[in-house]
Amino acid sequence: MDAVLGQLYAGISLGSVLLLIALGLVLTFGQMGVINMAHGEFLMAGAYTAFVVQQVFDSAGLSLLIALPLSFLVGGLLGVLLEVTLISRLYSRPLDTLLVTWGVSLVLQQLARDLFGAPAVEVRAPRWLQGNVEVFGTPFTTGRLFIVALAVTSVAVLSAVLRFTALGRRIRAVVQSRGLAETSGIDSRRTDRISFFIGSGLAGMAGVALTLIASTQPYMGQTYIVDAFLVVVAGGVGQVRGAVLAAFGLGVLQAVFAYSQSVSTAKVLLLLVVIAFLQLRPQGLFSVRTRSLV
Amino acid sequence: MTANWGRRAGVLGAYALALALLFGAAPLLLTDFRLRLLAQFLCLAMVAVGIGLAWGSGGMLTLGQGLFFGLGAYIMAIHLQLADAGPGGRPAFMVTGSGVPWWWELFRSPVTAVLGIVAVPGLLALLLGLGVFRRRVKGAYFAILSQASAAAFALLLISQQNSIGGSNGLSSFRSFFGFTLADPVNRRMLYFIAAGVLVGMVATVHQLRRSRYGELLTAVRDGEERVRFLGYDPALIKVAAYALAAVFAAVGGALFVPIVGIISPNSVGVVPSIGFLIGVAVGGRATLLGPVLGSLAVSYAGSTLSENFESVWIYLQGLLFVLVVAFLPAGVGSMPGVLRRWGGRRDPAPVPAGPALVDDPGPASAVPAVHTGGA
Repeated sequence: MDAVLGQLYAGISLGSVLLLIALGLVLTFGQMGVINMAHGEFLMAGAYTAFVVQQVFDSAGLSLLIALPLSFLVGGLLGVLLEVTLISRLYSRPLDTLLVTWGVSLVLQQLARDLFGAPAVEVRAPRWLQGNVEVFGTPFTTGRLFIVALAVTSVAVLSAVLRFTALGRRIRAVVQSRGLAETSGIDSRRTDRISFFIGSGLAGMAGVALTLIASTQPYMGQTYIVDAFLVVVAGGVGQVRGAVLAAFGLGVLQAVFAYSQSVSTAKVLLLLVVIAFLQLRPQGLFSVRTRSLV
Repeated sequence: MTANWGRRAGVLGAYALALALLFGAAPLLLTDFRLRLLAQFLCLAMVAVGIGLAWGSGGMLTLGQGLFFGLGAYIMAIHLQLADAGPGGRPAFMVTGSGVPWWWELFRSPVTAVLGIVAVPGLLALLLGLGVFRRRVKGAYFAILSQASAAAFALLLISQQNSIGGSNGLSSFRSFFGFTLADPVNRRMLYFIAAGVLVGMVATVHQLRRSRYGELLTAVRDGEERVRFLGYDPALIKVAAYALAAVFAAVGGALFVPIVGIISPNSVGVVPSIGFLIGVAVGGRATLLGPVLGSLAVSYAGSTLSENFESVWIYLQGLLFVLVVAFLPAGVGSMPGVLRRWGGRRDPAPVPAGPALVDDPGPASAVPAVHTGGA
């Protein structure tokens, strides 16, 4: 029983990490059809923000609380910068954005390497996030619990914004039908930019959370980006609930596979599961219904 | 009429010059070391030819060619290891364990090894392609799945320390189908094999592009639904190009192994798989020779720069991706036209982008083909 619960917890915490990263992608991919490969580097930028903040403020707890909003800002501004300079020129060629942003991510990784060095830097976790808590008699690290809480909060806030605010209404309108939204007076370019800010900001915040469980190094974004995109593909674009289900589903599946097989076999099995799943639902778990052909 | 003939003669002359350089000047003038490097670049260019067909002509952005490159390379490496070990022997790196894994034995014979290099990646691409394209999964979805396949493959290789050398990969081969690799003459032979195979691939793609199939492939890229309405099955058309690209990549990988002398997971993962694309983009994805020339140029620049200034090369690579794909989607060859267009921007009617480079919007159908408003 302990082993089952342990794997379940591992799956949930992996799912939360994937969810935090995929949330931003759901926004940018769902709304604009843009595949931002540099999303992982916004995550890395967020993690290094936590590192820099910690050089200024000695207290680990205080610096974490400062780093969370600050990294949101850093990630968001990087995202808007990318959107304005490059991606906005490429909306008619969504596949090409993938390669362009890959180029950006190469540059950002090397930049981080030159600024902070190739080895991982140390970001201390505050004392209240070290150690374990017992959940149903099985230990769960506090750092991971924090990530789960952050993921749940982010989903709740994002869903509420999308559902209840005027901004959310505009975003949903653009996702469903850009042309109709524009004819109704919505500035879709502005909406795109705001979505990009929120999506990239979420990545930055995820980076701070990741410092609690993973090492902070220039290539940390790359580790998660492929899996995060798999979550988006399996979950369906433009839908938060699809991403939530897919992230936890894939996270738990990987933990289960990794328990019975090895971690690498788990990755291969996971990919096969996603491909098999797309046979049943080519559009992912949930998709925005339109009447268009393609 | 005469102008047309003159043009034809010019094109033929250029091809003759290229062949003379490839088969005459390069082996005569280059040192053994440089020739070996060129042979290595030729192997990478084979992957680029396949990507040019799948991505340039067919619109399938394959980010996972490392999977097929690696399959070809590892099958060849397994065969070479077994051949070096002799009948019934086993490679030196396998220190523990009772014997050679059963699937190694499949490639002990040279015939099955060569068959396997073509058949295994080809069939895998067929299966993956059918699974994906028949369900009309395309565009970005396909790109992400192909990238995940390369990532999973690299991880799988790293985990198999005992059977295929883990992250060290397989290396130190002594002979190639009975020819000693230490002999410079045999190394030259390898260069000629690589050059010949590459020319054969380019000729194949040339014929395909001129054929009815080539027209259908391009038609699928530019309007998949219309092709479907005309009664063709776009899935089959795409799968054929994807499988051929996979076989090209595998053959490139197979020749890479004796020429370079090592294959490791580092050459097949996500990063090298995307790296294959940059040469294709630089040279012009939808042209016949662009992928080859671009790939050779990028390989050369990469090896020259990264010897001394590794970080400079990475910045340059990133910038190349950004600048070429964003501003010169038809390749560096289109630069004069693009500059002219920029110069004449004051014209009231801007030149519309040709339909050739407008990608399929994919499942995210909410995105209109042309983004209006703003900027």
